[in-house]
Amino acid sequence: MKSAIRTRRPLALAVAALVGIPLAISGCGTTASTSSAEAVKEISVMDYYNNEPDKSFIGDALTACGTKAGVTIKRETVPGKSLISKVLQQSSSKTLPDVLMLDNPDLQQIAATGALARLSDFNISTADFAPGVLSAGTYKDKVYGLAPTVNTIALFYNKDILAKAGVTPPTTWDELKAAATKLTSGEQYGLAFNANPTYEGTWQFLPVMWSNGGDEKNIDTPETAQALQLWTDLVKDGSVSSSALNWTQADVKDQFMAGKAAMMVNGPWQIPALDKKTTLQYGVVKIPVRDSSQTAVAPLGGEVWTVPQTGSKARQAKAAEVVACMNSDENQLGMAKVRNTIPSKTSLAAKFATDNPKLATFTDLIKTARARTGELGEGWPAQATKIYTAIQTALTGKASPADALKQAQGQ
Amino acid sequence: MSLTTDLAQAKSRANIRAKARAKSGSETTPAGEASPSPRSRRRKHRERIYQWLFLVPAVIYMALFFGYPVVKNIVMSFQDYTTATFFTGEAPWVGLANYAKVLSSSLFSTSLVNTALFTLGSIAGQFVIGLALAIFFQRKFPLNGILRSLLLLPWLLPLIVSSAVWRWILDKDSGALNRFLGGLHIVDTGIPWLTSTSLALIAVVGVNIWIGIPFNLTILYGGLQEIPDELYEAGSLDGATGWKAFRHITWPMLRPVVSVVLVLGVVYTLKVLDIILGLTNGGPANSTQTIATQSYDLSFHEFKFGEGAALGNVLVVISLVFAVLYLRASRRSVDE
Repeated sequence: MKSAIRTRRPLALAVAALVGIPLAISGCGTTASTSSAEAVKEISVMDYYNNEPDKSFIGDALTACGTKAGVTIKRETVPGKSLISKVLQQSSSKTLPDVLMLDNPDLQQIAATGALARLSDFNISTADFAPGVLSAGTYKDKVYGLAPTVNTIALFYNKDILAKAGVTPPTTWDELKAAATKLTSGEQYGLAFNANPTYEGTWQFLPVMWSNGGDEKNIDTPETAQALQLWTDLVKDGSVSSSALNWTQADVKDQFMAGKAAMMVNGPWQIPALDKKTTLQYGVVKIPVRDSSQTAVAPLGGEVWTVPQTGSKARQAKAAEVVACMNSDENQLGMAKVRNTIPSKTSLAAKFATDNPKLATFTDLIKTARARTGELGEGWPAQATKIYTAIQTALTGKASPADALKQAQGQ
Repeated sequence: MSLTTDLAQAKSRANIRAKARAKSGSETTPAGEASPSPRSRRRKHRERIYQWLFLVPAVIYMALFFGYPVVKNIVMSFQDYTTATFFTGEAPWVGLANYAKVLSSSLFSTSLVNTALFTLGSIAGQFVIGLALAIFFQRKFPLNGILRSLLLLPWLLPLIVSSAVWRWILDKDSGALNRFLGGLHIVDTGIPWLTSTSLALIAVVGVNIWIGIPFNLTILYGGLQEIPDELYEAGSLDGATGWKAFRHITWPMLRPVVSVVLVLGVVYTLKVLDIILGLTNGGPANSTQTIATQSYDLSFHEFKFGEGAALGNVLVVISLVFAVLYLRASRRSVDE
């Protein structure tokens, strides 16, 4: 008798599941396929701002934009790492949200699938956006996403340590090497950056590579080799810990905050953490260039807002209204200020920089910042992998910078 | 869980019946059983239906959660499967191109060697330490139970947590291990555990050994408990104590358990992903890149799902070899 009960249960479960699945599916279907004639009351949004305070800042802006467009916002925040797999899953089950946020280097990848709508279809103005921001949101000459605010990386320095050593913030590679050597003593390294085998390692290398005239299309060039030589020299002479090979940008910030690195390469999103330590006096300058005649070219970071192809014109129109509203002047300034990011519109930059002196260097860099996918589009991930592979090969001493780049490019 | 027990019960029942049938067949058949009455035939028929009913949930479960992904992965490995495929459903057939590409890549040989070293090193370390601890805990001493359950801790921690902690312990400059060694004046400068191309794999293997000890300890301890005390008593009368007792009593009695532990260990270790991703991300300069991490990279970072699937299948085939070995070994031990 006992065994009979036990055996019946899985059967019953299986039956319940079989009956339940179609019910659940049909349930989803009815809510998703709102006919275009009906008034749209609710818009679904997906983004990866799942940590405070960004979560609330973005949430509030979305709610306000929803109210303006006459819809309520049904928002879902997912961890950054799982956003793309979630988007791919949703695009195959045709359940994409009405408004979707993407990290800018992923935009072309997703736009190439055909899952996104062109913003020009909805009369969203792209006037005045910084060229780098537009190129990040563009796939095959059409704009698919817009970023209200963006970011990049620069050189943070510890004012007290530099003053004590009599070092001024470096502007050229030679000055950087000299300063880093001078600032290295005991447990303190002159500089910290990250060169880990992920896209983050590539991202931190781009400023020196691009400023020196290197290009991602072909990394086997003397310009890129010079840049990689700089990174290699800094690690080899001990002014950067070899732990850089395994650090994340968050680790780099921790080293800087603990006084174990006098300077660091990092972005403005670290500012709230740095400001929590009131004894820490820091300044921000552009990442040095090889020759003082060169212009600093920084990589563009930030998230773009897009309107996926959900099949309902009415919903897409409302979604576009929300995306346009998120990118309004008012929202750009507000979000940039609270989130320590930079407004995307060049006309807002001057005023923003004077109002927020801490972000002035970053604001200046955004004018000339370059999007990672600007040249290669969907081909970027493969090339970014080659770049970090070359960095790791050179920094571990397995090959000279020039050879490491040659090997990686040939792969 | 109950599904698998049902399946096992059904199977063992079927086995017993088959054996009984075989036996009755070999003996001279009594007149009564030569032509079974219609009633008993109906009963047999009903029993067969019950057997199938027992099997159905398990078969559905297997088809849905094992069969489908495996088939899908094999199909995917022959396709140019990209991000666009998810939206359009179009995945052009490319034959063996994905396999050719991943197998001829210069990284494949590195990953293969690393996978072999990682697996061998981990298994050897886990097994030897696990067995030593299991034998140690055979003795009766106070706090034995508590200590033994504390040793399970690495198994209970989420892997992402343990790898984060180990990443901190093994840090070159401020890691606990280097501080400890420095404090004892064993080393002067920090050892780059995770950032040296020659040490990183050793460090990763070390962490994986730490994680795998509880599994080996638990299973081997269970196996040791099964060995009857009388054997040791009898052995000691004949002068077999200490090493001799281990060599001639413990080891032969433990062999079936050992083969289970080793084969399962190999299969579990081959597919280790999160520990390596958490500790080194395959670095520095690919010195901890294994087939599993490379396949993950291809699929989820470079969006080359076809190539990722092809490499994943290579790993499945390697695992399968060990799984077959395991099945053969376990069948033999049942037959014995």
